[in-house]
Amino acid sequence: MLSCRDSWVNRLGVRLVVASVDQAITDGIVVDDGKTSRNRLQTGTLLHAIEEEGFTAAFGGGRRDEEKARAKERVYSHRDEFGQWDPKNQRPELWNLYNGRIREGEHMRVFPLSNWTELDVWHYIGRERILIPEIYFSHQRKVFLRDGMLLSAGEHAQLRPGETVTERTVRFRTVGDITLTGCVESEASTVATIIDEISVARLTERGATRGDDRFSEAAMEDRKREGYF
Amino acid sequence: MPVAASSRPSMDLLRFATAGSVDDGKSTLIGRLLLDSKSIFADQLEAVERTSISKGYDYTDLALLTDGLRSEREQGITIDVAYRYFATPNRKFIIADTPGHVQYTRNMVTGASTADLGLVLVDARHGLTEQSHRHAVILSLLRVPHLVLAVNKMDLVDYSQDVFNRIQQEFTSFATKLRVPDLTVIPISALNGDNVVNRSEHMGWYEGPSLMHHIEHVHVASDRDLVDARFPVQYVIRPKSDEFHDYRGYAGRIAGGVLKPGDEVLVLPSGFTSTIAGIDLFDTEIDEAFPPMSVTVRLADDLDVSRGDMICRPQNAPEPLQDIDAMVCWMVNAPLRPRQKLAIKHTTRTGRAMVKDIQYRLDVNTLHRDLETNELGLNEIGRVHLRTTVPLFCDPYEKNRTTGSFVLVDEATGVTVGAGMIN
Repeated sequence: MLSCRDSWVNRLGVRLVVASVDQAITDGIVVDDGKTSRNRLQTGTLLHAIEEEGFTAAFGGGRRDEEKARAKERVYSHRDEFGQWDPKNQRPELWNLYNGRIREGEHMRVFPLSNWTELDVWHYIGRERILIPEIYFSHQRKVFLRDGMLLSAGEHAQLRPGETVTERTVRFRTVGDITLTGCVESEASTVATIIDEISVARLTERGATRGDDRFSEAAMEDRKREGYF
Repeated sequence: MPVAASSRPSMDLLRFATAGSVDDGKSTLIGRLLLDSKSIFADQLEAVERTSISKGYDYTDLALLTDGLRSEREQGITIDVAYRYFATPNRKFIIADTPGHVQYTRNMVTGASTADLGLVLVDARHGLTEQSHRHAVILSLLRVPHLVLAVNKMDLVDYSQDVFNRIQQEFTSFATKLRVPDLTVIPISALNGDNVVNRSEHMGWYEGPSLMHHIEHVHVASDRDLVDARFPVQYVIRPKSDEFHDYRGYAGRIAGGVLKPGDEVLVLPSGFTSTIAGIDLFDTEIDEAFPPMSVTVRLADDLDVSRGDMICRPQNAPEPLQDIDAMVCWMVNAPLRPRQKLAIKHTTRTGRAMVKDIQYRLDVNTLHRDLETNELGLNEIGRVHLRTTVPLFCDPYEKNRTTGSFVLVDEATGVTVGAGMIN
């Protein structure tokens, strides 16, 4: 992941700003009580970084087809001075006239891929030959099964009784908190074979692999209200 | 199982807007289009089934697929516009699913603003209602080029041709009062699937297409204006690098017509003319650009061109207007009143606008014009005169939905408060 990111930074010649959850815990910006997932801790970390850097807009890759709360998201999505999303009072978005007006301390989340589907993204990556992290392609990985998801074994994962580690050929459909994001068994090692695989998939990308969406029916809506991406 | 159909990269796209309440069977219809085109995934269906059971329903409530917010699920109504995506071997589709009640007119207007096709549903047992009139009026105001009236629940009227004909005639006569370029009326049963994807076996008297066949084949490419060249400048690209030292390009999205290298062009508001030296699509040069392509245009002469300017043709330019006559849909609680000052955004151009006069309020159920009114409330639509601080380069909305539309923004809060269509 990180080497792919760094090669993009080099190629584009842009300044990289990293807000890390680890650093935020050390600095006391967010509190790791041992029960809160890394995913949840990203929210406070992100909001702090946006405020520190004085960013007035942040681009995200979220798509409306990913999840039902995301289906309600605007392309230009307003966040108040607490970084909160107010889904019931969103600005109407008509034609392609986007309204980016904000007041002091507020910011915009901008989702240019709102109307893309997972397949659209892969077609685009294939057509434009875009460099992406290896983790999306099939590889050998030590995994264990929990709640129907294949999770990565390793220092972050505490095995529960009855769980056993095996090595399998897998890839990731989404990349998130490693303790909550599952991989899928897959032989797809090229963009073309990934497209074939997704075309016949019976599970959505998040449904198949995202533990963070499973806390409740409104898990994503609740996190987004707090300021999660 | 989702089909490999959608795996073709550059398929044609149709955006359609639906409006209606649970009673019309709208969610059932959308659910069926998604199910029958195999666009619902197993985990989504399981989640909906689980929730339906926990709510004590004895059927799977497909509305739960589109009602994404907790408050919508709690109240059992669609509040906001929900977007759904599906594809068949022939086309990709984006559905803008909007609530049908009058208190959500602004959401219908939003969903219709980008739609190629509008779908109005009626219950065959009840015929046309105030709500079906309202939907048709809004779709025609927003100049949605194709309209479909789906007469649903035909199974509950014994698939009667008489019932269908009566509704069809009534609607067709109502539609003559609107500007509806293309109307198709289809008898369906969303619940049983009659004429949704496959032709019904119960309505031998109906010779038209199924709904799916119609939306797969309706011709939308010609709805775009390919005659009047309009290129609102979004951004000036001047790389500060040695490699592109003399590069100066104007980036934006083509709003009308076809642009080619060598074309003579006029830049507004300056009034200078030049010729197109080249058109770039990211890192390749292209021979022509047309809507809705996003490109960078280079001119032969060094002119002062900035964001909000309009590149067009000397003999075919939009009108620079400071007095705007428009239909406005008002979208917030505090009413629109004469003398009110607002920010206005039209194409890539922003300015300030003052309300000169509200001519009338339109009753979207009856088309009646209320000339006595002096304000527009939430969800109301009326004809408004505005005076702007800068000229806007306008075409009538019926000619061009991009150069004919604008939004009004509250200068204090930044909230989008109104949407306008220029007469």
